Amino acid sequence: MPDRRTDPVLTELTLTVNGERRRAAIDTRTSLLDLLRETFGLTGTKNGCSHGQCGACTVLLDGRRVNACLVLAVTAQHAEVRTVEGLAADGELHPLQRAFIEHDAFQCGYCTPGQLCSAVGMLEEVARGWPSAVTGDGPPTVTPDEVRERMSGNLCRCGAYVNLVPAIVEAAR
Amino acid sequence: MRPFRYERATDAATAVALLGHDRSARFLGGGTNLVDLMRLGVETPGMLVDVRELAGADVTATSAGGLAIGGAVPNSDLAAHPLVRERAPLLASALLHGASGQLRNRATTAGNLLQRTRCVYFQDPTMPCNKRRPGSGCPAIEGEHRNLAILGWSEHCVATHPSDMAVALAALDALVHVEGRAGARTLSLDDLYRLPGTTPDRDTELSHDDLITAVELPPAPAGAWRYAKVRERASFSFAVVAVAAVLEMADGAVRDVRIALGGVAHRPWRARTAEQLLLGGSATSERFAEAAAAELAQARPLRCNGHKVPLAEHLIAATLTDLAEAA
Repeated sequence: MPDRRTDPVLTELTLTVNGERRRAAIDTRTSLLDLLRETFGLTGTKNGCSHGQCGACTVLLDGRRVNACLVLAVTAQHAEVRTVEGLAADGELHPLQRAFIEHDAFQCGYCTPGQLCSAVGMLEEVARGWPSAVTGDGPPTVTPDEVRERMSGNLCRCGAYVNLVPAIVEAAR
Repeated sequence: MRPFRYERATDAATAVALLGHDRSARFLGGGTNLVDLMRLGVETPGMLVDVRELAGADVTATSAGGLAIGGAVPNSDLAAHPLVRERAPLLASALLHGASGQLRNRATTAGNLLQRTRCVYFQDPTMPCNKRRPGSGCPAIEGEHRNLAILGWSEHCVATHPSDMAVALAALDALVHVEGRAGARTLSLDDLYRLPGTTPDRDTELSHDDLITAVELPPAPAGAWRYAKVRERASFSFAVVAVAAVLEMADGAVRDVRIALGGVAHRPWRARTAEQLLLGGSATSERFAEAAAAELAQARPLRCNGHKVPLAEHLIAATLTDLAEAA
């Protein structure tokens, strides 16, 4: 008998990406990030550290922001995924995308898709009343301090934070 | 990454049986630590048993007046849950001081408890490590150990447990419900964790096929609470030292006090020496400092982590002083 433990394990996956139903035959080892980029050609989502430390791969999985590099695609059976390609609707940029442009909230742009998806998820968390480590008594509001704390999972090596923070605060208004 | 089979478990007994038949199988929760360790080559499971869909995705009030938290509840949902914010705000605060928004959305309660040390030698399969490969040695004792243990370590391992959540749970006397091959059982969080001793490959007292199905909190202790965390940047960083504290006062004296430390040992470190010294005595900053010093008298700092000793002492004393003033 050959040692079958070294053979890839393949499985069928069905999920929705940016409103479109997709199917794929995948190796169980495939990350959601690689599925999006390599299988579906959605290269807006970026691969940064591969360890969940930089946030460049942030996407919305069933409406929640997650690090796509740490999500095994096989666990996303029947899930709904939204990537940076799915933020603009009917030819109109998402308000966060417009605010990023107006505030010059990026330089090289590599972290930007992750920053955008993370900010979309973060603002929904605030809207649900989820507290952060810097929230006082009462419901949270989108202040610069709250943005800095809540967006700490997204690194920007260019240091565009000084413009990212006001862009997100303004888009939340 | 080694190829692996993937199974989605629908009941705990089946999940436990799957692991009982395969030493290389692992339970999969949010995967925020396990998938990373697989990518690093530290973990090489032949099968993953996904337990996120098992019963245990809820937070409920217990008849005893406490809380029951399902093992699969994500950290972010737990921190935001109205029952947790009302009855266990210390737990909510500790959760929110850990990781990032993305990671908390994915990481589960049980997975958070069972996350592995971030010691750089453990995370690098090309290096010796008694926790990863028993008997291979511990380079951290002479090497990069700035963020490792000052309390309870052994010559075999100086790793620290990285969880913030577990430190709050230690202060709150949490219980852990486990499904194993002999059925369900309950143990205290105190009994779940262990010191490294001669077997640092074991982080906890659980067996390979034991599944944490829930965490139970007894009725909340009275008094003021705080989770204080010192780290190298303001957010998204593991603790250098953390303190979870609850202080109840009566007529200027300490009626009840709970102190648990994070970032200092192989397990959440309940500061029972300090607690015993403080119980029933006057609540002054001098006495808090004396109790903290007595607790840290047991510390054995390594060459490059001696700063943690005064840091832990001062953090305990300052936190309790603030709580006493607020009371």
